[in-house]
Amino acid sequence: MIPLSYYLLLSGILFACGVLGFLIKRNIITIFMSIELMLNGVNLSFVAFAAQWHALSGQVFVFFVMVVAAAETAVGLAIIIAVYRTRETLNVDRVNLLKL
Amino acid sequence: MTPPTLNPLLWTVPIIPLLPLGGAAINGFFGRRSSKKAITTVALAFCGLAFFAALLIAASFSSAAAPYSFPVAHWIRAGNFQVDFSFYLDQLSLVMLLVVTGVGFLIHIYSVGYMWDDDGYYRFMSYMNLFMFFMLTLVLAKNYLVMFIGWEGVGLASYLLIGFWFTKDSAASAGKKAFIVNRIGDFGFLIALFLMIKHFGSLDFTRVFTAVRPLSPETAGAGLLTAIGLLLMVGAAGKSAQIPLYVWLPDAMEGPTPVSALIHAATMVTAGVYMVARSSMIFERAPMAMMVVAIIGTLTALFAATIGIAQTDIKKVLAYSTVSQLGYMFMACGVGAFSAGIFHLMTHAFFKGLLFLAAGSVIHGIGGEQDMRKMGGLRVYMPWTFLTMSIATFTIAGFPPLAAFFSKDEILWKAYSSPYGSWVYWLLGVITAFITSFYMFRLWFLTFFGDYRGGNANDAAHQPAIAHAAHDHSDHGHGHGEPHESPWVMLGPLVILAILSVGGGWVGIGGHFEHFLAPVFQSGATVEMAREATGEAAGKGTETLLMLISVGAAFLGLYLAYLLYQKRRDLPAKIAQSLGGLYQAVANKYYIDELYAVLFVKPVVDGSTTILWHDVDQGVIDAAVNDSADAARHISDNVRHMQSGNLRSYAGWVAAGGAVVIAYMVWMGVTH
Amino acid sequence: MLHLILFLFFGTICVAGAINLLAQSHPINSALSLIAVMASLAGEYLLLGAEFVAAVQVIVYAGAIMVLFVITIMLLNAGKEERTKGSRIAILIGVPGVVTGGVLVAWTLLHRPDMQTIPIGALKGDPSDIARLLFHDFLLPFEVTSVLILIAIMGAVVLASRPEAIARPHHSTAGPQEIRELVATGKDRR
Repeated sequence: MIPLSYYLLLSGILFACGVLGFLIKRNIITIFMSIELMLNGVNLSFVAFAAQWHALSGQVFVFFVMVVAAAETAVGLAIIIAVYRTRETLNVDRVNLLKL
Repeated sequence: MTPPTLNPLLWTVPIIPLLPLGGAAINGFFGRRSSKKAITTVALAFCGLAFFAALLIAASFSSAAAPYSFPVAHWIRAGNFQVDFSFYLDQLSLVMLLVVTGVGFLIHIYSVGYMWDDDGYYRFMSYMNLFMFFMLTLVLAKNYLVMFIGWEGVGLASYLLIGFWFTKDSAASAGKKAFIVNRIGDFGFLIALFLMIKHFGSLDFTRVFTAVRPLSPETAGAGLLTAIGLLLMVGAAGKSAQIPLYVWLPDAMEGPTPVSALIHAATMVTAGVYMVARSSMIFERAPMAMMVVAIIGTLTALFAATIGIAQTDIKKVLAYSTVSQLGYMFMACGVGAFSAGIFHLMTHAFFKGLLFLAAGSVIHGIGGEQDMRKMGGLRVYMPWTFLTMSIATFTIAGFPPLAAFFSKDEILWKAYSSPYGSWVYWLLGVITAFITSFYMFRLWFLTFFGDYRGGNANDAAHQPAIAHAAHDHSDHGHGHGEPHESPWVMLGPLVILAILSVGGGWVGIGGHFEHFLAPVFQSGATVEMAREATGEAAGKGTETLLMLISVGAAFLGLYLAYLLYQKRRDLPAKIAQSLGGLYQAVANKYYIDELYAVLFVKPVVDGSTTILWHDVDQGVIDAAVNDSADAARHISDNVRHMQSGNLRSYAGWVAAGGAVVIAYMVWMGVTH
Repeated sequence: MLHLILFLFFGTICVAGAINLLAQSHPINSALSLIAVMASLAGEYLLLGAEFVAAVQVIVYAGAIMVLFVITIMLLNAGKEERTKGSRIAILIGVPGVVTGGVLVAWTLLHRPDMQTIPIGALKGDPSDIARLLFHDFLLPFEVTSVLILIAIMGAVVLASRPEAIARPHHSTAGPQEIRELVATGKDRR
C-alpha cells in the first residue's frame, strides 16, 4: 500500500533529471536522451493515476505516448545525423547559427 | 422688423455677394488657360451685374419699409446661441452697397487697362472679384459673425493683392505685414464679439441693439459697453489704419495701383468706419469709448498729414492722405456724427479712388516711375489725367462746391458743436485740413507743373532715402520714350469719378443725406436729444464762420504750395536743411516702423526662435519622435541577445517559465 | 511491506540511472544508464499491475528506441563531451527554475495528508480489455498513429540520406568530387 504521491514523486524526480540533463549536457544525443527520460517520467505518472482511478485508458494513453516517442526518436536522430554531416560537430553550443 | 418685402427685386440682395464670387471662382480655376478677353468678360460681367442689381435695389428701396432682412441659411445652433447666414438692408448698408459696387466696378474697368500686360492677369481679376465678394458680405451682413467673415476675407484679399507680385521680397513682406497687423486688430474685435455673446446672447444686430437700447449711458465710469466699444475700436484701428495699427497701409502701396485705389482707399479701409457706425447704438452709450475714438481719429488725421508733407513717392503721399482722411471719419463717429462720417466715407471713395487711379495713370504714362522728384510738367503730356486729378486735388483740399467740401465741413462743424465734441477737435481738424491742402497741392505742382525731370524709366539709381518704395513695375516698362496719355479704358473711370467728385457732395446740401440715414442712427439715447437741441442752438452764424475758416485754410495751403513748389523752387531744400533733425524725423515717418520692430517684432521673432523653435519644436516634438525611435532601438539592441541561437539558453528560459507557471498554480491551489 | 521494498528497489535504480545519465561524459554510458532506467520502470509498471505497458516498455523503449540511440552514437563516433562555455542563462536561470519547480511539486505532493494508497497490482485488466479499448474507443488515434509512424519512417529516410543518393538521374555518372560540388552549390536537388 503505497501512497500515490510516492509514485508521483518518483515521476517528478525523473522529469526533473530530464530537464537538468537538457540544460547541462552539451552533446546533442545526450540531450535527446534526456527528453526520453522526461517522457518516461510522464508515462509513470499516467500509469499511477490510471491505477488510482482504475481506468484502463491510462494504459492505452501510455501506449500512444510510446508510439509517438518512437517516431520522434527516429526523426530526431535522422536530423542529428544530418546536422553532424553539415556542421561536423555534435556540440550543441557550436550549432547556433542558421547559416554557416 | 418688417417681413420680406413683396418686391421680388429686393430678394437679389443675398445673391449680390455671390455674383463676384462666381466670377472669382471661374477666373481662378479656368483663367490660366483662358484668353484675356474671356477673363475680362467674366470679371467685368459679374461685377457689373452686382452693380446693376445694386442700382435696381436702390430704385426699389423704400425708407418706410426698411430695414429688410433676408435670412438665407442656418449656421450655428449651440443651445441658446444661434447665428445664421442672414443679410440686412437698411439705409446705411444701401449707401455702402452702392459705393462698393459702383466704385468697385469702375476700378475693375480701369484695371483691365492697367494690368493687361501682366502675366498674372487672370489671377488679378480673380482676386479683385474675390475681394468684392467679401466686402459685399461685410456690408450686407445681419450679424457680427457674418460681418466678421467679410472682415477677415477682405483682409485675405488685401494680402493676396498687396503681395500680387510675390516674387518681389518687399511686396511679399508688405502683404504679410498688412495681414498680421490686421489680425492684431481682429483680436480686439473677437473679444468684443465674445463679450456680446456672453452678455447679450446673440450677435444679431437687431437682437444686440434691442438689448442695448434700454441701457443707460455709462457716464459714471467704464462698463461693459465701454469695453465692447473700445475693443471694437481696436478692430477698426487695425482694419482702417488708425494709430497705432496704421503701419501696414503705406507699405501696402507695393501692390498694383488699382488695388491701392479699391482696397486701401475706397472700400476695405472704410470697413472699420462702417462697423463703428453700425454699432452706433453701443457707442452712444459709452461716452468714454466715443472720446477714445474721436481722439484716435483726430490724432491720426494730424499725424499722418504731417508725414505726408515729406514723402517723395506719389503713392505714399496718397497712402498717408488716406490714413489722415480716415482719421476724419473716426473723428466724426467719435463726436456722434455718424452720418457725417459715412458721408465723408462716400465722398472719400470718389476722390481718393480718383486720386489713386490718376496717379496710376501718371505712373503708367511715364513708364513706371513713382518718385515725384522725377516728374514734372506732365499736364502737357497727359491732359485728361491732369484734368481729373486736378478736380480730385481741389476736392480733397475742401474747395466748394466740390464734394469733400460738404463732407469735411460737416465733420468739422459737428466736431465743434456736438455735445461730445469740443473746439480742440475742430482746431486740430482745421490744421489738418490746411496741411492736407498743402501736401496735395505740393503733389499737384511737383507732378504736373514745371519741367519734366524724368529720365529713364528703369533708372536704377533711386535714392533709398525714404523706406521702401517699389519703383520697378515689371509690367510698365514702356521703354524710355516720352510720357504719354493712358488709354480710354483707364481714362473712362477717371472721368466718371471726377464727375462724382464734383457732384457727389450735393446730396448733403440741406441735410438730405443726414436725414436719409437718420433712422439708422436713432439710438434713443438721451444724449441724442440734447445733441439736436445744441446743434440748433449754436446757430447758423457760427457754422458759416467755421466754414469760412476751413475754406480759408484750403486756400492757404494752396498758396503755400504754390510758393514753395512753383515760384521759389529752392525754398523747400533750404527749409528742410534748417529744420534739420525735425525734418529727418518727419521724412522717416517718425521712425515708427523701426520702433515697432524693436518693441514688438524682434522680441516675438526671438522668442519664437528660441522658445517655439528650439525648445518646443526641436526639443519636445522632434525629441519625442527621435527619442522614441532611439528608445526602440536601444530596447531591441538589448533584447536581441535573447535570440542567441543557443539551444540551452532557450531551454533555460523555458524551464524558468515553467517554474513560474507551477508556482502560480501552487499558489492558486493553496489560497483557494 | 513487500510492496514498499520492491518499490524502493526499483525506484532507487531509476533515480540512480537518471543521475548517472547526467554525470557521465561519454554518451554511450548515458545511453546504457537510460536503458537501466527503462528496465526498472518496467518493474514499477508491473508493481502497479500494468503488465501490458511493462512489456511494451521493455520491447519498444528499451529494445528498439535505445538500440536506435546506441546505433546512432556508434555511427557518428561520438566521443567524450567537450567542455564548451555555452550559455550562462541555462545555468543561471534554468537550473534554479527546475529546482524551484521540483521543490514546489514535491512540497505539494507531500503536503497533503489524505493521499490515496494504491495496493499492489491495482490495475486490473486483461490484454483483451486493452485491445477492446484500443480498437473500439481509441480507434481513430490508433490509425492516426500508424500514419504517423509511416511518415516518420519516410522523414527519417529522407533526412538522413546522403545527398548523392537522391541526386538527379543525369548526375548518376558524376564522381564523388563533382557530387560534392553539386551539393555545395545546391544543385543536387530538384
